[in-house]
Amino acid sequence: MIAWDPNMEMMPEAGLKKLQFRLLKTLVYRLYSFSNFYHERMVQHGVHPDDITSLDDLRRLPFMYKTDLRDGYPDKIFTAEQDELVRYHVSSGTTGKPTVVGYTKHDLDTWTESLARALTSCGLGRGDVVQVSYGYGLFTGGLGLHYGAERIGASVVPTSVGNTERQIELMQDLLVTAICCTPSYLMHIGDAAKKMGVSIRDDTHLRAAILGAEPWSEQMRTRIEDEMGIRAYNIYGTSELSGPMFCECTEQNGIHMWSDICLVEILDPETDEPVPEGEKGEMVVTILQKEALPIIRYRTGDITSLDTSPCPCGRTHPRIARLAGRVDDMLIIRGINVFPSQVEHALLGIPAVSGHFMIEVSRRGALDDMLVRVELNPEAFSDKINDLMAIRGMVAHTLKNALNVSVDVEIAEPGSLPRFEGKAKRVIDRREY
Amino acid sequence: MDPRAYTIKQISVFSENKPGRLMAIAGALEEESINILAFSIAEANGFGVVRALVDKPEAAYKKLNAMGFMVSFTDVIAVKMRDVPGGLFEMAKLLSDAGINIEYSYAYSGREAAVLILRVDQVENAVKSIIFRGGNLLKSADLSGSP
Repeated sequence: MIAWDPNMEMMPEAGLKKLQFRLLKTLVYRLYSFSNFYHERMVQHGVHPDDITSLDDLRRLPFMYKTDLRDGYPDKIFTAEQDELVRYHVSSGTTGKPTVVGYTKHDLDTWTESLARALTSCGLGRGDVVQVSYGYGLFTGGLGLHYGAERIGASVVPTSVGNTERQIELMQDLLVTAICCTPSYLMHIGDAAKKMGVSIRDDTHLRAAILGAEPWSEQMRTRIEDEMGIRAYNIYGTSELSGPMFCECTEQNGIHMWSDICLVEILDPETDEPVPEGEKGEMVVTILQKEALPIIRYRTGDITSLDTSPCPCGRTHPRIARLAGRVDDMLIIRGINVFPSQVEHALLGIPAVSGHFMIEVSRRGALDDMLVRVELNPEAFSDKINDLMAIRGMVAHTLKNALNVSVDVEIAEPGSLPRFEGKAKRVIDRREY
Repeated sequence: MDPRAYTIKQISVFSENKPGRLMAIAGALEEESINILAFSIAEANGFGVVRALVDKPEAAYKKLNAMGFMVSFTDVIAVKMRDVPGGLFEMAKLLSDAGINIEYSYAYSGREAAVLILRVDQVENAVKSIIFRGGNLLKSADLSGSP
């Protein structure tokens, strides 16, 4: 069995715990001294770094929420100076305001090292040809896996998303052995290959797929693996933590969360109390090694469970189960996070439509389709179709700018969409995973 | 000549493109004993606009509005055409000579004549220039039934 960093990946649990405690203690002291945000939070919460005397004392520290990152836009929470930063990534926020993540050289190194371990753990390495079909750019998927795959000595084909026929040609011509993309995009590639008369199973060297950035299921894994004759691995990460960082090993039974990089808690989202091991709850993550944008007790909103039992692969780091959903109502459309609140916010800025809307998500082929139905304001009604089409086009344009994802828009009659008392259920998700 | 006498109130109703919407509109007009003189549907992706000339536009507006429909009045003009081959050509030529741009148009063929209903940008100018060229316009009073 091959591991990227065997000493670290197979360190006995006691050693890992000691290491984690040391890293946590250092982190907390550093942030108490140098971060206004964390200093204030700790003071408000009545906790001092001296109070952290064991790993369990992590629970005395305050939580960090997505809204904290949004409110800190663009770099108010950063604890590194601009001249120490070597990269930015930007993700969409809950109300149209994005979140900026900065990286020092060390941050990029930790991220890449995490992925080097992850990719090695699912059997990739030197000699492999890895096609990175995640978006390159402000999104973390493309560049993250690009450097991770380079680090393990694989040959990277940086195709990014789109131009699917060319992707399939390159996959054949460059003897690609592994692909990193969203599961729906891989299924789209599979459909497109069929139309081109190409069998992924027989006409390519593809043997592994690293799939993530959107929800998927075991049924989808079985379908992909059976159809394409490959192994499909589940990868996890979010931009707040750096990007995609953690992946299943060849056992395909949970995602190893490297203990020297992060501390994972699974909490009951109602009571904030830890749930018993193996039970589902919200994952709360502390990144132990992060310089530019430190993350302590970050509420990911992702629902999963933790397994600390030894993995047959020999790695001692705990595993999380496939994500079971979200605490909030976040949607993932073609790999992009979308909150209904973003849609609401964007629509409120358009006088021609009302604040009553519905979101319908479905799959066209393998790709997500998002439809926003919104009621027209009676004042904006015109007997001319062109005027109404212009309103529709303007709503679609505004939503695309706010969400970074194209949406279909349907103009509805006033009063025709459902009204909600209490929490609105504005999403109809017809996708099957 | 008061051009306003020749502007006719069309009712325009927004409708989602789904079964039963037209029935609801027509049913409502029937309940109020409103007669539809001319009618058209313009459709786009997922929605449409129902346009109609009725004998009692105010009552139609009130009823449909109360039912939750989005309704508006639109000023249109109605030109009589000869109901013979070439009738539309004569009218089209007249409008072209007058430099009138048509936003949209629909027609009906009645007992007395065929009528072309026009939505134009500058209604008063269009009225004057059609009459000046010898066109025959309906007056709004011609459409309302018993006063």
